[in-house]
Amino acid sequence: MKSPTKVIAIAAAFATVASLAACSTGGSADGKIELRVATFPPGADQAAYDAFATQEAQFEKKYPNIDIIGVEYEWEGPTFTAQLAAGSLPDVFTVPFTDAKTLLENGQLADVTEEIKALGYEDKFNPIILDAVKDSKGHLFGFPRQAYALGLQYNRQLFEQAGLDPDSPPTTWDQVREYAKQISEKTGKAGYATMTQNNTGGWQLTAQAASRGGFLQSDDGTTSTIANDGVKATLQYFHDLRWDDNSMGDNFLLDWGSINQEFAAGNIGMYTSGSDLYTALVRDFSLDPAVYGLTTIPMEDGGKVLGGGDIAVLPPSLDADTKAAAVKWVDWYYMQKLLNKDAAVADAKALSDSGQAVGTPVLPVLDQATYEESLTWIEPYVNVPRDQMQGFIDGIFEQTPVGEPKSHTQEIYALLDPIVQAVLTDRNADIDALLAQADKDAQALIGG
Amino acid sequence: MTVLDERRAVEQRLRPRQTGPRRRDRSIRGWVRRGGLVTLLFALPMILVFTVYSWWPILQSIWMSFQKTNLITYQFVGLDNFVNVLSDPLLGRAVVNTLYFALLALVFGFPLPILMAVLMSEVKRMKGLYSALAYLPVIVPPVVAVLLWKFFYSASPTGVFNTILGVLGIPPQPWIQDATQAMPSLVLEATWAAAGGSIIIYLAALLAVPPELYDAAEVDGASIWRKIWHVTLPQLRGVIFVMLILQVIATAQVFLEPYLFTGGGPNNATVTVLLLIYRYAFENSLGGKYGEATALSVMLALFLAAASFLYFKATEKWSTD
Repeated sequence: MKSPTKVIAIAAAFATVASLAACSTGGSADGKIELRVATFPPGADQAAYDAFATQEAQFEKKYPNIDIIGVEYEWEGPTFTAQLAAGSLPDVFTVPFTDAKTLLENGQLADVTEEIKALGYEDKFNPIILDAVKDSKGHLFGFPRQAYALGLQYNRQLFEQAGLDPDSPPTTWDQVREYAKQISEKTGKAGYATMTQNNTGGWQLTAQAASRGGFLQSDDGTTSTIANDGVKATLQYFHDLRWDDNSMGDNFLLDWGSINQEFAAGNIGMYTSGSDLYTALVRDFSLDPAVYGLTTIPMEDGGKVLGGGDIAVLPPSLDADTKAAAVKWVDWYYMQKLLNKDAAVADAKALSDSGQAVGTPVLPVLDQATYEESLTWIEPYVNVPRDQMQGFIDGIFEQTPVGEPKSHTQEIYALLDPIVQAVLTDRNADIDALLAQADKDAQALIGG
Repeated sequence: MTVLDERRAVEQRLRPRQTGPRRRDRSIRGWVRRGGLVTLLFALPMILVFTVYSWWPILQSIWMSFQKTNLITYQFVGLDNFVNVLSDPLLGRAVVNTLYFALLALVFGFPLPILMAVLMSEVKRMKGLYSALAYLPVIVPPVVAVLLWKFFYSASPTGVFNTILGVLGIPPQPWIQDATQAMPSLVLEATWAAAGGSIIIYLAALLAVPPELYDAAEVDGASIWRKIWHVTLPQLRGVIFVMLILQVIATAQVFLEPYLFTGGGPNNATVTVLLLIYRYAFENSLGGKYGEATALSVMLALFLAAASFLYFKATEKWSTD
């Protein structure tokens, strides 16, 4: 074995085996429990991380045996299952209400019933919201931490340029149409826009149909009722704004991220999205706070406002010590600021000191009284322009909230995306035929 | 040593072979002596890498196509996934869209690099500059290129392409915002992005064409087009056949363009087979349709393997003559 080729060959083989072996080695802390927790979506600004670092230091001071490691995280269906299977999810992360039921039924979330009981605030939750994390046996699989209602986002600057009063946002769908037309004519921008891609087209169609009293499924989620008057009216509305008024701009391939981007760039007058959107718009899309406006979605014919939210959860694979540490973090980081004055003030101060949004309108996950009281605690730190959101703040508690469709939510939304796109890109799209087909497909999903 | 001695010595060395093969030493030591171990050690890194990152996942995918799984629990379901895929109404649409993309790419995208390479080979000065310019789009990362083109394709009258059309007196086009125009728009970008690589390959192949053939054709009084038709193209056909099958395989798996430009829209006008596989696997991953995704992948792979085999069989003689 003296030939150089043999030496090189052995070295190469050894290097390969060694590098493969290195892939499987993991680190461990010196006597501390390492806890990997979700922080922000990729792209968040430095100030967000500064605020998080402050909170991390506060937590570690209180619990010296826990080492918090912030991990960039964004809820994405596509990568979730693979991350879960590969064990690369953070130990604490958040998922939307829509998906929580499916995840817990699949055994993809840790049971935290005992932990919530031990913390003693099970009774404080809004029971409708708590239902989203409960299985058929009454076990709980997460901490509802934030809820929102859909609202009408609008650009105050475009309102002004179009000669509209930004302090008097529209209150009926007819007014929205009228304002949209005016914005388009005066500014050349899209007066009104709606999401169409990656299941968000279905989501927003559902929300706007609900505001017209049209719901996609029977209450128990066993029958599809997609071809209803509310959905038809919403699609007809899109059609009229697009083809008769030409007030929806020229981009009809928008999802949550791209519509926010267009809005932040000043290209969209109005669109519907979550009431807590302001934080993300400013933090991740560099929106100028001065142009932001938020009001409630107009209600017609027994309409309801679609709500949503997210839940702090743990993967089922955690060992007992890590799980206990994770629960401490969830309680400290997400829950105490809703329940406890000192925690709420400390949280608001940390966020406000780093220029992060404090006071974005949300729906209470606990009872309304606790929520309203918590707002008075953090009042000195509120830095979002709540006067520009007055329409929403004043009107939301008069609206009746409704949850997203119960059965196969994302798949039903996916069925509706192409319909919204068809109406916006084909003047002659046959709404009735499209809905009849979607209804049939949805029923097959629900029944199958 | 005389010449005769030397010859005898050579014959002596050759004799064992001439008298028939010696019994092969089948022991491990024999194998090692013949250099088997060194060969294996040299190949080991690649074998390991391929096993871990290619062959093992391929085998797992095939196995997964017979299972219902959310990557945590697995259940054998026989051919259910294949049945589900074949009964999906969107499959037909995806196949038609993919064929449409492949056809457009074949009709417009395939001859273009050949033509450009032939023309460029005729250029006498600054050849390198033209090659570099032709290759430039290949250097742009594909995702960046698509996002740039998405911006160019803005349907607004002030969009880049619409402004250019406006100068020519053509009204603004909806491009990717319209079900009819979306696919040709995707092909246009894909052709732009891929042509450079093909041009370089054709240019290299053109260098191998013996100049005597052109001289002979010239003596016979052939025009430039006759030279291209009767000399260049026949000489290139081996390369053209390989490029053609590579393009067919690539277009059958088109994903990046529809995924980034349109997400399969408007109204499923650009859903391709690979995008459908992606949707199965990832769009509603909460329940996990990984079984259906792998089933369709296996079907696509089998189809492409069969098509490639038939293609090579059919053109074997033609391309190697």
